[in-house]
Amino acid sequence: MSAVKAKGYFGKPMKRIEDPRLIKGIATYVDDITLPGMLHAAVLRSPYAHARINNIKADAAKASPGVVGVFTGADVNDKCGLVPCASPMPDSKIPKHTVLASDRVYFVGHPVAVVVAVDRYAARDALDFIEVDYDPLPVVSDAEKALQKDSPLTHPEFGTNVAFTWSVANGGLNAAFKRAHRVIKQRMVHQRLTPMAIEPRGCVAAWHAGEGTLTLYTSTQIPHLVRTLLPGMIGVPENKIRIVAPEVGGAFGSKLNLYAEEALCSHLAQRLGAPVKWIESRRENAAATIHGRDQIGDYEVAVKKDGTLLAIRSKTLADIGAYCQLNTPAIPTLTGLMLTGCYKCKAMRMDVVGVYTHKMATDAYRGAGRPEATYVIERLMDIIADELKLDPVKVRLKNFPKPTEFPFDTLTGLTYDSGNYQGALKKAQQISNWNKLTRQRDEARKSGKLFGIGLSTYVEICALGPSKMMSAGGWEWGCVRIEMSGKVTVITGATPHGQGQETSFAQIAADQLGVPIEDIVVMRGDTAVAHYGRDTYGSRATVIGGTAIVMCIDKIIAKARKLAAHLLDTKEKSVEFRGGKFFVKGKPKKALTWKQLAPEAYVAKNIPKNWEPGLEASSFFEPPNCTYPFGTHIVAVEVDRDTGEVRIVKYVTVNDCGYQVNPLLVEGQVQGGIAHSIGQALFERTVYDENGQLLTGEFMDYAMPRAKDIPQYLMDSTVTPSPSNSMGIKGVGEAGTIGATPAIANAVMDALSPLGIRHLDLPLTPEKIWRAIAPAKVK
Amino acid sequence: MKTVVNIRVNGVEQSHEVEPRTLLVHFLRDCCRLTGTHVGCETTICGACTVLFEGKAVKSCTLLAVQADGSEVTTIEGLAADGRLHPVQEGFWERHGLQCGYCTPGMIMMAVQLLERNPKPTREEICHAIEGNLCRCTGYSHIIDAIEYAARKIAEVKK
Repeated sequence: MSAVKAKGYFGKPMKRIEDPRLIKGIATYVDDITLPGMLHAAVLRSPYAHARINNIKADAAKASPGVVGVFTGADVNDKCGLVPCASPMPDSKIPKHTVLASDRVYFVGHPVAVVVAVDRYAARDALDFIEVDYDPLPVVSDAEKALQKDSPLTHPEFGTNVAFTWSVANGGLNAAFKRAHRVIKQRMVHQRLTPMAIEPRGCVAAWHAGEGTLTLYTSTQIPHLVRTLLPGMIGVPENKIRIVAPEVGGAFGSKLNLYAEEALCSHLAQRLGAPVKWIESRRENAAATIHGRDQIGDYEVAVKKDGTLLAIRSKTLADIGAYCQLNTPAIPTLTGLMLTGCYKCKAMRMDVVGVYTHKMATDAYRGAGRPEATYVIERLMDIIADELKLDPVKVRLKNFPKPTEFPFDTLTGLTYDSGNYQGALKKAQQISNWNKLTRQRDEARKSGKLFGIGLSTYVEICALGPSKMMSAGGWEWGCVRIEMSGKVTVITGATPHGQGQETSFAQIAADQLGVPIEDIVVMRGDTAVAHYGRDTYGSRATVIGGTAIVMCIDKIIAKARKLAAHLLDTKEKSVEFRGGKFFVKGKPKKALTWKQLAPEAYVAKNIPKNWEPGLEASSFFEPPNCTYPFGTHIVAVEVDRDTGEVRIVKYVTVNDCGYQVNPLLVEGQVQGGIAHSIGQALFERTVYDENGQLLTGEFMDYAMPRAKDIPQYLMDSTVTPSPSNSMGIKGVGEAGTIGATPAIANAVMDALSPLGIRHLDLPLTPEKIWRAIAPAKVK
Repeated sequence: MKTVVNIRVNGVEQSHEVEPRTLLVHFLRDCCRLTGTHVGCETTICGACTVLFEGKAVKSCTLLAVQADGSEVTTIEGLAADGRLHPVQEGFWERHGLQCGYCTPGMIMMAVQLLERNPKPTREEICHAIEGNLCRCTGYSHIIDAIEYAARKIAEVKK
């Protein structure tokens, strides 16, 4: 199996099996679902970042045409449990986050009441008739101010805004800093970002009174985790809940959660005896779906004068917003674990303080903690090179572990499975025509242009992960069934929402079974079909979910071999399986295909003694380790002196995610990930003002990249297989977002370096750059 | 007070009684049950709701159904009406121009208009044409490739 040489389907850049329904407009997203008697919910949200609720008058709303019911916290909070956090720290202070606000709101967008009506227009109309008597309270929307003595408190009951603390440390830090020739310090701000999937969240809850069961259709990445967590909120047992993630219109971590509205609609469907649909508006999505990043760090590195990295120290504030969603506290821990990047280091320490502010909660947004780590270490590499007057390429090469040093144990307790960082860097340099590119920079500078080259050599942690690392298991489940007709049904517990595993899993299964890919159907996203799963996040689905499918197929082949031996009247060990056929070794002409075996297996009139009928197997794959994809981004930019605008003139990226099941999909994932980085590096920032008002509550105000902002890529890959799974694959969903941001930032800072500008925080908007250039010019 | 709106959608007369404030996108999705046209922002920014209105690509989330009364509308479902994919749809499939697929119908409708007006667009012209359509998955490169593929395909067919 190879990314380069396709053998069978594995490794082929195949177009996707799921596409026809999507390009014809006949796929089913959650808002496309209509059930008989279905009602529509609309949520009233707080316009204040912090306020006491004195009174809510809902009589006029209840009398509004088409309204079936209006519910406030007083009506539902005793019947609908708290929004869960799955990853608290030992010292975490977790506020009681009810599905609707009770006596206090603590962020703009906090759900206060819900209207249920016969259609979406009637529901939204009635929101305007609800009168809420608020007493505004003092607000803090800045993490550093939140730690000051006189700061308003996000949750007064805690007496502090510190939500949790967390540290990771190893090696002799003080000794390393003493030994250093140079200590370099830099503060970096990782701005808050909004995931902004184009499909907002939404759900349809249906209560089946006769059976006492609930079906929840929801735009989620994690139907199985929702099924695990929802019973604790609504009191319906897990085995009476079915969660369906239909077509999901993008997520990027923002749908890796159990949200208040999902529980609320489930409760209301049961209470009203009718299906209830809620579809989030874009403004709600911006205000009340999780945000990402928002860390402020003070970083120090100890280095020798030849650029050898000795130690790194970080003090980080994580502004987590007003409460903890599912994985809020876990995100900065991923930053800590990956802080040393792809470099050897003698000592490290990271101290995180999670801080509550009156803003939406942060959680996993594409990369989830790892982009922060990569940004820090890759910016620091360039700053080290700059301060020591060294070549940034050589500084990196000096600190890489050699390919022979893998598996490589990091200071933070991880074991990087495999790597050849030098190989990816070298290839990227070749593709970029490195020497010519640096000459181009020299010439551009001579003619007065602001031209820069940026580099990022990243490593990321994927395929999360072994269960010991995860709060609710890190395995994945799969099931494969050879149907009686010989057709194949593959069921995965992973929940693809755009990544294309209906295709890549079919490729894997077709090769393993030796059947045409057209004979395979991949099913996912419905807990009534995929009974167990840990779903899709952390670039885990193909690696862990795909391996589970291979395990199922191994079991089926072993079972079918017994049946084939019986039918071929030979011993089991004499049966060979190749190319989808079972035959007596050396006699391939008299072979049995799956289409011949399957009816025998199910009709079961001529089967071996003690052989269980059917050809179906399920498996849980528990990964022995995470995987560690890596690669290099090289970016060249030109900055317009007059406007501060950044133009990407060259973009080279070489990624190594082990063997590639479908290189076309890998390319798509990398390009999509880089676009998020372009947004983070150049445009995007979620802004709250000092009153906690969200100023980026729309696509109008939140600047995501458009087609014209995207460069033409020169892309390639290297292949360093992972030893952690039988296919040698690593995962690629977040690689672009993790690797690209620092390369773009480094390129811009390199362009500005002749002006004596060392560091600007992201996003590098024209205004920010122009303001930095203006005084520098005067000098 | 409801009013009857008549729109010829994908060649079929659709007559439904709606409130005058009903948006075209809700007329299409809720009354005609053509759910391929999506709502992403409700403010004309993202373009997921793009349809052809009298042959022009418009955002159906900010047009009232009553404004379209008596007109002709083509939605994504109408593009492959004869069972064969439109070259733009084919391009998106061949060049992996979509991931989650949510922005795709709008993106395709916008590209159809572009190629009707400009059969041989440059990459810059394609970027300009789809400036009002946001995609958060693909990073646009494959979408541009897909539209270039469609332009070539249409040119071949015309030869």
